[in-house]
Amino acid sequence: MDVVKVENVTRVYQVGEVETQALRGVDLTIENGEFTALVGPSGSGKTTLLQIIGCLDLPTTGKVVIADKDVSHLNRDQRADMRRGTIGFVFQFFALIPTLSAYENVEMPLLLNGHAPSDRKERVMHLLESVDLGDRARHRPDQLSGGEQQRVAVARALVTHPTLVLADEPTANLDTANGEQVMEIMTRLNQDTGVTFVFATHDPRVIKFARRIVTLEDGRVVENAVGEAKV
Amino acid sequence: MLQLTKLAFRDLGRNRRRSFFSALALGLGVALLLLMASILAGEIRQALKTTILLESGHLQVQSANYEESKTSLKWADLIDNPDRVAAQIAGLAPVVEATPRLIASGILSIGDQTAGVRVMGIVPSAAANAPFRDGLQSGAWLQAGDREGIVVGQSLADKLGVASGDQIQLLVNTSDGTVDQQVFTIRGIFSTHTPGFDDRTIFMPLAKAQAITATENHASLIFVLLQNRDQADAVASALQGPGYKSVTWEKANAMMLEIESFAGAYMAILYLIVLGVTASVIVNTLVMAVFERTREIGILSSLGMKSRQIMAMFFAESGFIALGGVIIGLVVGGLLVFYATNTGFYIGNMGITGILMGERIYGYLTVRDSVMLVVAAFGVSLLAGLYPAVIAARMEPVEALRDAQ
Repeated sequence: MDVVKVENVTRVYQVGEVETQALRGVDLTIENGEFTALVGPSGSGKTTLLQIIGCLDLPTTGKVVIADKDVSHLNRDQRADMRRGTIGFVFQFFALIPTLSAYENVEMPLLLNGHAPSDRKERVMHLLESVDLGDRARHRPDQLSGGEQQRVAVARALVTHPTLVLADEPTANLDTANGEQVMEIMTRLNQDTGVTFVFATHDPRVIKFARRIVTLEDGRVVENAVGEAKV
Repeated sequence: MLQLTKLAFRDLGRNRRRSFFSALALGLGVALLLLMASILAGEIRQALKTTILLESGHLQVQSANYEESKTSLKWADLIDNPDRVAAQIAGLAPVVEATPRLIASGILSIGDQTAGVRVMGIVPSAAANAPFRDGLQSGAWLQAGDREGIVVGQSLADKLGVASGDQIQLLVNTSDGTVDQQVFTIRGIFSTHTPGFDDRTIFMPLAKAQAITATENHASLIFVLLQNRDQADAVASALQGPGYKSVTWEKANAMMLEIESFAGAYMAILYLIVLGVTASVIVNTLVMAVFERTREIGILSSLGMKSRQIMAMFFAESGFIALGGVIIGLVVGGLLVFYATNTGFYIGNMGITGILMGERIYGYLTVRDSVMLVVAAFGVSLLAGLYPAVIAARMEPVEALRDAQ
């Protein structure tokens, strides 16, 4: 089953009188349970593509279908509904809310989804334990290391049992050991839960975990290689 | 919603000093407005009460021809046989007191000091004259048969440099248009703590006043006090008769009542100005908070938070600031109003022509005024949160995240 289907997508940014074409007709299909890396040099369109797949942005032209739903023309609230129910995000910077504890950060998507308190507690603690942070649940982000914060972000991305998790340079701000640990956790969760993961990265540490590598250059897909992960 | 509220509360805690000063600005505004509302209401209330008690009464019965501004002493302009008229009026159920007064203008002089005065002939024993009798600062009160004694207001005595027991010459207008003069002894000095009254009023027994002004058995008016001032119109209607007119306290104090209604509009404008200034402080605080937290707005949005939820979060923040500000305002304002109500502020002789103001002004705050102010402060503060909340809610998540990076 296709989780992501991108058809001839373009994205043009207008800054003043200058037009920048970030995507120039991208076609891409990602199936359920895949662990895919979008790679390419800076400015190749990785992040833009990820944002369009993640319903954070809309394509200028083309069609995007996520979990059998055409999201190309959704309004702001419809896209928010889509993100809340179907998509989890892991960002390059440790995108946690600084005033909330690790537990509360992971709980937030469930609150927005209206889950019952008992269900929330069970899911949050299960995921925090999955990322080896069960004992750090009450800590705030400034009391956690970068690696720990990113693991909290991974737990938060998965807590709603999404169909798709999108990660934008998830290891860019982590040292080698923490980067490896985060990727191992995501790989394990991918295998355990069957959730589809898509990364935008140019970090070889991430790429080696991917079972499919989609290479972008100048806003186009230039290579789409499926193979075995190197780890 | 609970989590949004918790988030909003914690966000305010991130920059405690800024949040505190925003709430403080609102609090001081509310406190200032509470004090001003209480002073204004207190002063008008007190001035009205004083004027009714000292000058206008709840009702005055005058001759149909009498013109108060001219202090006419012509017999045709006065009430004939005032004791009988006063006794008839006193027979009405709502009437507590009805006593005749004769009012003439005169000049007091001692040495090279002179002062224009209003000479008031009164029945010394009348209960309506208790404010003067009880306000005696030195000497003795008048006796009905006293033919040579007067009582002088404190500030007038200070101005002329006289004391109880001193002799002073009085020139007074008479009914035939001439003046008469006599040397009087100052029996006592009274104070109503209303400089505008005390510095121009002297009292003498009614009989003596009638004698010196040649207004035999006549009075300018019957001063009437009722059980309740709301009964004034009904009593005035009951007292209608040929040759007489009734002047109610409302008619006599029309200017003050106009000022009272004007004061409401004045306070409303003041509310707008002060609350507008404090609202701009809150807008500034929240706009800064929105721009500082662009990334977080992007994150929350990426997690699926809808625009209205983001708006609600910032509204909750302005609500907390409003709550804090109103609490500060009520505490500080409450203390100020308590002081104003119980101790008052000394203003000395700041009377306005036609209005008797005490030498101290006291606060008087009604529950209605307090509730209105609190509701207005809360409403304005919430409105102040609208603009920053809309900015936050309109942020596209992708732009918020990009700006943050």
